[in-house]
Amino acid sequence: MRHDHLITSKQLSRTDIETVLDRAAEIDADRAAVADRHAGTLLGLLFYEPSTRTKMSFETAMKRLGGDIVDMGAVESSSVTKGETLADTVRVIEGYADALVLRHPKQGAATMASEFVDVPLLNAGDGAGHHPTQTLLDLYTIRENAGLDDLTIGIMGDLKYGRTVHSLSYALSNFDTRQHFISPESLQLPREVVYDLHQAQDGTQIREHDSLEEILPSLDVLYVTRIQRERFPDENEYQQVAGEYQIDPETLEDAADDLTVMHPLPRVDEIDPAIDDTDYAAYFEQAHNGVPVRMALLDLLLSDARGEDDE
Amino acid sequence: MMSDDHDHHDGKDDHELRVSKIRDGTVIDHVRGGQALNVLAILGIDGNEGEEVSIGMNVPSDRFARKDIVKVEGRELSQDEVDVLSLIAPDATINIVREYEVIEKHRVERPPAVDGVLTCPNPACISTGDEPVTSRFEVLEEGVRCSYCGTIVRDEIASLIET
Ligand SMILES: [Zn+2]
Repeated sequence: MRHDHLITSKQLSRTDIETVLDRAAEIDADRAAVADRHAGTLLGLLFYEPSTRTKMSFETAMKRLGGDIVDMGAVESSSVTKGETLADTVRVIEGYADALVLRHPKQGAATMASEFVDVPLLNAGDGAGHHPTQTLLDLYTIRENAGLDDLTIGIMGDLKYGRTVHSLSYALSNFDTRQHFISPESLQLPREVVYDLHQAQDGTQIREHDSLEEILPSLDVLYVTRIQRERFPDENEYQQVAGEYQIDPETLEDAADDLTVMHPLPRVDEIDPAIDDTDYAAYFEQAHNGVPVRMALLDLLLSDARGEDDE
Repeated sequence: MMSDDHDHHDGKDDHELRVSKIRDGTVIDHVRGGQALNVLAILGIDGNEGEEVSIGMNVPSDRFARKDIVKVEGRELSQDEVDVLSLIAPDATINIVREYEVIEKHRVERPPAVDGVLTCPNPACISTGDEPVTSRFEVLEEGVRCSYCGTIVRDEIASLIET
């Protein structure tokens, strides 16, 4: 992988993705082998929005590679409240750390920040924009459970605001996939995303649906996302709409036996806990995969930045 | 690039006389009716630098029902400068004039991207805040796309012109 930064899953080719996933699999199989690989390396964490999981996952990944983290801390207690620009902040923190992880509420924040720094910068979410490390752990989980080629995937829930969904679909368009998008009309994919998916060279097939029923039997993977209350003007409408996009054992009666159910977590009531103990459920495994995948990414980017050749 | 018909039209049409001839400078012709002020805005010409600017608006035209014409005295606009016009005046023709003669004539071409010209309409976009960053839009077959947040704008691009 030859990239200075990881900003969006759109920048990743099929080869890039496979390089990261292969490395993640190697690391997962033998974590001890990399325990000191990045001793002395410091990862700077800049989280302008709270995200305990993503942050802990990066911290764990860096420490398991022998490195450590420096954390900007909560935005309220930092110089950000004094009105410092993001461009200034990243240029300062760059001097403290060997790589940066940024989560920021504004779309395009990581793109802009990367223009100001020389150390590798990893986008951990930019508003409704991209979240490529989530995508890579999703891809890892899909590959382990169903394989990435000749894949039929259903992506369900809030497709309009769900950044994990957008990032995932871009990445999947590198593979031989049929992508079905299932959502209420008001939460369909933004036209930008549809535009890009249609531009994807590899001829991924995309179709939009308002109900899961008709396509469920054909799915290898069902990726469920949360529909948030604040997207609806009133409680009634939310209850009514959200209820149609929740799954329980009864919903899955027509599913293939080897269906894999995924969710970026945290869930609220999109997936009935009764599914947790079935063979369908892969969402906890998915969450755990965040560590080896982020270890692989950090390892590749840091080795690149040091001018090392991996092989 | 230019058809004979255009030359013929520009050279002989009486309507041209509605806007005074210039000695040295640039004539932007075949601007869609009503877009002349946007042409000046997108080129960043506001008269503050002393340019003599004349505008003909809603002049009868063979190619459109009505067209606008913009003449800027004393300034030869470069291809890069005028290419940004392709966003709002795709049919415009550019005439470079010296000593009352048209010495160069070309069409606007779509640039791959435009920097510092348009403002992103997405309030959640990093390029619209206080950051020291120049707006950048990729030019698509139809419309433009913010290089930061990815927002695509197809209609009313003129309303995004930075002021
Ligand atoms: Zn934008």
